[in-house]
Amino acid sequence: MEIKMREPKAKKIFKEIKKEWQLYLLLLPIVIWFLLFAYKPMTGLIVAFERFEPSDGIFGSEFKGLSNFINITSGINKTAFWGAFSNTFIISLYGLLFGFPIPIILAILFSEIGSEGYRKITQTITYLPHFLSEVTITGIVITLVYSGASSRGIVAQVLNTLNIVPEGVKIIETPNYFRPMYIITGIWKESGYNSIVYFAAIMGISPVMYEALKVDGGNKWQEIRYVTIPGMAPTLIIMIIMRIGRMLSVGYERVLLLYHPNTYVTADVLSTLEQRLGIENGGNPGIGSAIGIFNSVIGFALVISANKISRQVSKTSLW
Amino acid sequence: MERLSKSEIIFRILSYFFVTIFAIMCLYPIIYAFSVSISGKVAYESGQIVFFPKDLQIDVYNIVLLDKGFWISYTNTLFYTIFGTAWSMFISLTGAYVLSKDKLLGKRKWNFLLVFTMWFSAGMVPLYLNYLELGVNNKWGMVVGFGVQAYNIILLRNAFSSVPKDIEEAARMDGSNEFQIFTKIYIPMSKAAIATVTLFYAISRWNGYYWSRMLLKNAQEQPLQVYLRTLIENYQKLYDESVVAGNLAYAADSLVYAIIICSIIPVLVVYPYIQKYFTRGVNLGGVKG
Repeated sequence: MEIKMREPKAKKIFKEIKKEWQLYLLLLPIVIWFLLFAYKPMTGLIVAFERFEPSDGIFGSEFKGLSNFINITSGINKTAFWGAFSNTFIISLYGLLFGFPIPIILAILFSEIGSEGYRKITQTITYLPHFLSEVTITGIVITLVYSGASSRGIVAQVLNTLNIVPEGVKIIETPNYFRPMYIITGIWKESGYNSIVYFAAIMGISPVMYEALKVDGGNKWQEIRYVTIPGMAPTLIIMIIMRIGRMLSVGYERVLLLYHPNTYVTADVLSTLEQRLGIENGGNPGIGSAIGIFNSVIGFALVISANKISRQVSKTSLW
Repeated sequence: MERLSKSEIIFRILSYFFVTIFAIMCLYPIIYAFSVSISGKVAYESGQIVFFPKDLQIDVYNIVLLDKGFWISYTNTLFYTIFGTAWSMFISLTGAYVLSKDKLLGKRKWNFLLVFTMWFSAGMVPLYLNYLELGVNNKWGMVVGFGVQAYNIILLRNAFSSVPKDIEEAARMDGSNEFQIFTKIYIPMSKAAIATVTLFYAISRWNGYYWSRMLLKNAQEQPLQVYLRTLIENYQKLYDESVVAGNLAYAADSLVYAIIICSIIPVLVVYPYIQKYFTRGVNLGGVKG
């Protein structure tokens, strides 16, 4: 379209905008907002290559090349950085491994509930935790696993009784318990809500497919294996791509609210390290930003490659 | 009733069983929190509260409801939710409408620029510096600088795209201009999607924590979530160190739970009415950009 009107292009565009000025006026708010709050901050990424001084500003600070990157990958912050780096991968991998199948299973189970009333009630209940804030959820979790001088939360009590956690151990401050706690909280909060898309996908499978399998004498397990799961495949693939794309942006808010200086070794992820080194109590924005770039670039590369692979393997893709 | 084979019957029973278990698990922490909040100190500390409350007391709710900081932060959250949602909807509705139009020059490019923000973000430090630079670290700044999400705009854009074109053309014949077509045809015809997105925005405003904590240094401006978190952090410490606690009828945990319950009551109250919208909205928007 734009190639066709090469000669008087600028003039034509100007004429078109003048004719449709109301439309372009309506476009203005979103453009300004995204310029100011999404694209302008991207120019701030150059802070990663500077020794940032607030008084000199983003563009006036001294340029230091790759020194911030050297600092984090092989300098004084290397232990914290590589620790956070691997934690990010490990936590999201666990999240994927345990968190991804549950909504799918849940959707299949929901589709088996014969009574529509009962199904709707249980669905509504399982979506609820998604709408509670991280502060609320983590507040409940912290109190549930709390183990103090005069009282213990119910989860701490149960874990003590079952001998999974020795009595008197503070779960919130023990590195080994952070990841299970984080993953289980996530499963509890999001599984119900995440089952919505899969449930919709199952509902979209043509009943004829099931009939055909039944005529062939297939049982329930075969039905799920050969009809339900393949029928959900496109949704599944899209969700996996999105999940992989977000792998590095592990819910930092939840980590921030659940971790403790004693559990940094298993809990600290790139985004929490970024904000701790970069923003908190007079941190160094250059270092923080360098960590952020790692996070953003790898994350972006992950979506693109996941998308590419799935386009080749299954012809389903995000774009 | 259809005849079920043996494997189908087993599967159906298992489905009922697991779905019920999961639903109970989803609700349990909330019920437990409520029960502890109204139970007595002795019953709680000796580990007697499992499901139902014991030795009822409501002192904790008196404390919460008489606390000035609680009401200040509550009012602030209402402010952020109402004005923030309105602002987010204004940007998203106008933007989504234009982005759904084929006659928009460079439609694909504009849409790409929107989707790109879903997958690539500047990161926290540049965002933080940008917020400080633009001076959004105050009440109105929080309203204006936050809460516009590409995903929600795509949801609205897809809803607008599915409005039949002939209605719009008829209105144009009658001399309606762009603004009229937008407000009189597209908005009324996309009510479900608009309700869904409004809900998403309102919930995310209500629940917002991190940036408020980072940017709002004035306690008078802080939202409920920030206040709640400060209480959760400090009551645990107070509980361990306090000597007077022994004389109170309630445990410190009851107080924390009472505050948590008070903060989720509005969500719980509106939830049954709005839940039909978001399932519809999620399905209608699809997951694809």
